[in-house]
Amino acid sequence: MKLVIINYGAGNIKSIQFAFKRLGINAVLSNDPDEILAADKIIFPGVGEASSAMAMLENSGLDKLIPKLKQPVLGICLGMQLLCESTEEGNTKGLGIFRTKVKRFTNDVKVPQMGWNVIKDLKSDLFSGIKDNEYMYLVHSYYAEHCNETIAKTDYGINYASALQHNNFYGVQFHPEKSSLAGAKILQNFLDL
Amino acid sequence: MLTKRIIPCLDIKDGRTVKGINFVDLRDAGDPVELAKQYADIGADELVFLDISATLEARATTLDMVLRVAEQVNIPFTVGGGISSIKDVDALLQCGADKVSINSSAVKRPELVNELSDKFGSQCVVVAIDAKEIDGQWKVHLAGGSIPTEIDLFEWAKEVEKRGAGEILFTSMNHDGTKNGFANKALARLSEELNIPIIASGGAGNTQHFIDTFKEGKSDAALAASVFHFGEIPISNLKKELKENNIEVRL
Repeated sequence: MKLVIINYGAGNIKSIQFAFKRLGINAVLSNDPDEILAADKIIFPGVGEASSAMAMLENSGLDKLIPKLKQPVLGICLGMQLLCESTEEGNTKGLGIFRTKVKRFTNDVKVPQMGWNVIKDLKSDLFSGIKDNEYMYLVHSYYAEHCNETIAKTDYGINYASALQHNNFYGVQFHPEKSSLAGAKILQNFLDL
Repeated sequence: MLTKRIIPCLDIKDGRTVKGINFVDLRDAGDPVELAKQYADIGADELVFLDISATLEARATTLDMVLRVAEQVNIPFTVGGGISSIKDVDALLQCGADKVSINSSAVKRPELVNELSDKFGSQCVVVAIDAKEIDGQWKVHLAGGSIPTEIDLFEWAKEVEKRGAGEILFTSMNHDGTKNGFANKALARLSEELNIPIIASGGAGNTQHFIDTFKEGKSDAALAASVFHFGEIPISNLKKELKENNIEVRL
């Protein structure tokens, strides 16, 4: 199993690498197109601001490479949002894999949403063995609207897509690497896809 | 529904866990990595490490500790203490910290909050505020509570929110170490006037205090140290009781 975590300068990738290490997998950090293409599975991470993260992807040419990937790809947090059509954060155009838009939470809830919330209506092998209403750790100010690619739902003021899937592309808004044993199970499921 | 969070705080000096009673006396409460793992296993929602080391050598030890915690612990954690630059934060995040908390350095140079949230995102910038109520006025204190200022707690909290803080960690010096409960009036006012999460700190002595700070204090999270470190309040029992009192928690 060759697992690559795309390293384009956005976010806390150490935590993801350590989470896989706890599962016995040595994930490689890389922004090298050849190395990414040769991987069995790919993690597309992201923490921080959308427009600057997208600029980093464009500078490295990864914005062209990622949509062409055929292996299972898992976008985490901002990584998932960048796989959508667009995000209101910094008025950023996304990679357009998931046919949905990312919007900011309105101020009737505290923003960012920070902490543990449940995911439900789970619809993917990614969640095999995960019970409905399992707790996941989330930190975000923007959310993906539902579309027919929604594979998990969460309530925070509104009901939104906390996970998406389109063919080989998976996206999760929560941080499985920080979500205790249930999060580790989701990462293991991704490895087993 | 988003749950209320229970956060043990581990004070770190020279790579070991300590807890100041009223910020002065220190007691040893074990190895930070072992303690962190135990807390994650018994249901803590997050952890805060506060580095109270005085020397640069000791801070290097802290980075090593952060790396070991990130390696072994599967819940989020924040590191605070002596952070005053983008470089400090970058080093901690590179070692696997999820968030950093800044305190005196933000008061000395408020632009730091903007710089950190622009560079790393609001979600990893916690602004810690130590304040003391004196004649009905909540005044911000610096350097672990030892230096009083004329800055008003609520004004300061609103300013750091505007500057990009993702969360406020408010410690009431009147309550810290007393085990008489959290500063719920001030906490509720913070929660009403701000739109970012508020962590209550200072005063936890029993389970009822946690119920009160979530209900009356409208806190989003509650932080404590000695009651957890010395087993006075087992976290799993605490969370069960919170649930029985209709407070949403992760069980």
